[in-house]
Amino acid sequence: MHRPDTAALLLLFAAWFAPVAPALADEASERGLAIAIEADTRDQGFGDTASTLQMTLRNRHGDETTRQMRSRALEVADDGDKSLIIFNDPADVKGTAFLSFSHKTGDDDQWLYLPALKRVKRISSSNKSGPFMGSEFAYEDLSSQEVDKYTYRYLRDEDFDDRSHYVIERVPVDKKSGYTRQTVWIDHEEYRVWKVEFYDRKDALLKTLVFDQYQRYLDKHWRASLLDMTNHQTGKSTRLDVTDYVFGNGFSDSDFNRNSLAKAR
Amino acid sequence: MSWPSREIGRPPQPSPRRGKLREVGPPPQPSPRRGEGVVVILLWTALLHQPAYAGDWSGDAGIELRAFGSSPLDPEQEDNNLSFYMQPEYYRDWDDDNQRFVVTPFLRIDQADPERSHFDLRELYWRKSYPTMELSVGLKKIFWGVTESAHLVDIINQTDAVENVDTEDKLGQPMINLTLVRDWGTVDLFLMPWFRERTFPSLEGRLRPPFYIDESRAQYESSAREKHIDVAARWTHYFGDWDIGLAHFSGTSREPTLQFIQSVTGLTVFPFYDQIEQTSLDLQLTKGSWLWKLESFNRSGQGESFQALAAGFEYTLVGVRDSTLDLGLIAEYLRDNRKLGTSVSDQDIATGFRLAFNDVQSTELLAFTGIDLNNNERFSSIEGSRRLGQSWKISLEARFFSNTEPDSTLHSLRDDDYLQLSLAKYF
Repeated sequence: MHRPDTAALLLLFAAWFAPVAPALADEASERGLAIAIEADTRDQGFGDTASTLQMTLRNRHGDETTRQMRSRALEVADDGDKSLIIFNDPADVKGTAFLSFSHKTGDDDQWLYLPALKRVKRISSSNKSGPFMGSEFAYEDLSSQEVDKYTYRYLRDEDFDDRSHYVIERVPVDKKSGYTRQTVWIDHEEYRVWKVEFYDRKDALLKTLVFDQYQRYLDKHWRASLLDMTNHQTGKSTRLDVTDYVFGNGFSDSDFNRNSLAKAR
Repeated sequence: MSWPSREIGRPPQPSPRRGKLREVGPPPQPSPRRGEGVVVILLWTALLHQPAYAGDWSGDAGIELRAFGSSPLDPEQEDNNLSFYMQPEYYRDWDDDNQRFVVTPFLRIDQADPERSHFDLRELYWRKSYPTMELSVGLKKIFWGVTESAHLVDIINQTDAVENVDTEDKLGQPMINLTLVRDWGTVDLFLMPWFRERTFPSLEGRLRPPFYIDESRAQYESSAREKHIDVAARWTHYFGDWDIGLAHFSGTSREPTLQFIQSVTGLTVFPFYDQIEQTSLDLQLTKGSWLWKLESFNRSGQGESFQALAAGFEYTLVGVRDSTLDLGLIAEYLRDNRKLGTSVSDQDIATGFRLAFNDVQSTELLAFTGIDLNNNERFSSIEGSRRLGQSWKISLEARFFSNTEPDSTLHSLRDDDYLQLSLAKYF
């Protein structure tokens, strides 16, 4: 049975008693933010990770192509994480590597290593809405998700797959984001993200991202092994399989600089 | 993309050094090339004894078809041309990834130009990593710089000029390279015990000066010739939006000056390699969609001291008209105030654009035109590529030379406009 939608009912009352509305909106924002902070806090202290990524790109006819990458991440206290992605396949981009220092506020710092020229290039991070490697993932979907990058609003609770979820809406702070808003489903028990709906600049539903096959590492950190992104406007989709998660690699800042970028394999 | 090399195609001009040399008399004798063959044989022997499971082979091979817009200036030159190249790469990591061995041989077989058919070791080195330091020994390729239309500060490797007029192909440079990684930046120290001479097209090749450059008669300022030990140091770091590189190079100029000797047997042209001191700066400011770039150097030892500068920007429009297309607009100003005869500072403006389709096939296009502000001569370039399937790539390259002046750099290339189609397999 569908549970009564408390948030919607509240909004109805709010419309009825108009002067009360701002206070209720504030309450929804505070609750949304509290959920985001709790989800973020629960994953703090992961230190570093290494993983293998395989992307399967499908067009609307069902044709598939694949991308293979390796990813390393380093947790940075009081700022966004540092990450390094090394491309293995297709063969013409093999050895290309992408270094990113994400920040809670302001633009991320990004460098690209081009193996054919042995050139390290600082690149603009303003293309965050652009597709990553021709996939349905945008750069901003894959970058470190910091609490400060959005404003929040609690919408309602929703049950599916035997789990209860908070449904919150988040609005990107950055004007260069390709989205006006995102709706996020986070479970009550472990604060894991199970689904995200992305709305484009015209506020039309653009994409849905579904997370699956969560596993727990170091008795604390949940990571999904499967992310499936569907673009509703083009009919294309991208499946991201994340395997070989390793925590506690002992990475440091020196594994995430221009020099390590150029020698990454 | 990059502006064609300054000395290619420049006709004989009076200059103090050239005047002096012309009195010297008979042309210098050819010097045989030594050592390279032995290195290659040793290398392949070593490689064949590597266990097959230990490393990783990758690389690419392709065919290139070049069609020229006009008949050649010299009937000896090729018309259209077919060329094959192969560049495999082998690497192996061991010692908990703290040691690496890399070898990247390169081979080209060219239909028309015997000088362009050549073999090189782009890389062949061993590297050991320590916590805050790295040591490499062998042939390496090193890139310095930030600008697109010229690579002024990039000096470690010799240009493999038979490959392309854009000067972006490089020969492997023998070196001992020490990299120090510190909180205040990265310092690279280079000791280069062997110099590589620039390659030049043969008389059959297109895109060449109106005379033959006889590499076998190359002359050096240093009596140690190619065995002169060149040294270089570079510091790189970043501060927020700023990326900076400061470098100094002391040794044999990668860029030769051409020497002309007129004798009864005809004109002999050969490269002369000066000893130079070059201090350089490269700087990039990354602000939102703007990249602001600067490269500059001061060089002494090649005639009077002179400076060169390249500065400009790249502005990227992301997702043009709600598509996934990115459009980058590029403009760069180049200035080179070396004294060449009576000419004043060379000044160029290069403008162009970069299109990234961000599609599954990674389709890209880069087009630019360089205009010489002194004599209005133009060099235009288009480069495009697209992946086919999972491991093939088709590329298009076009170069145009126009408004060339009889006494200018590009005049001998005026009938060498070409369109090149290439198909490469990556493995």
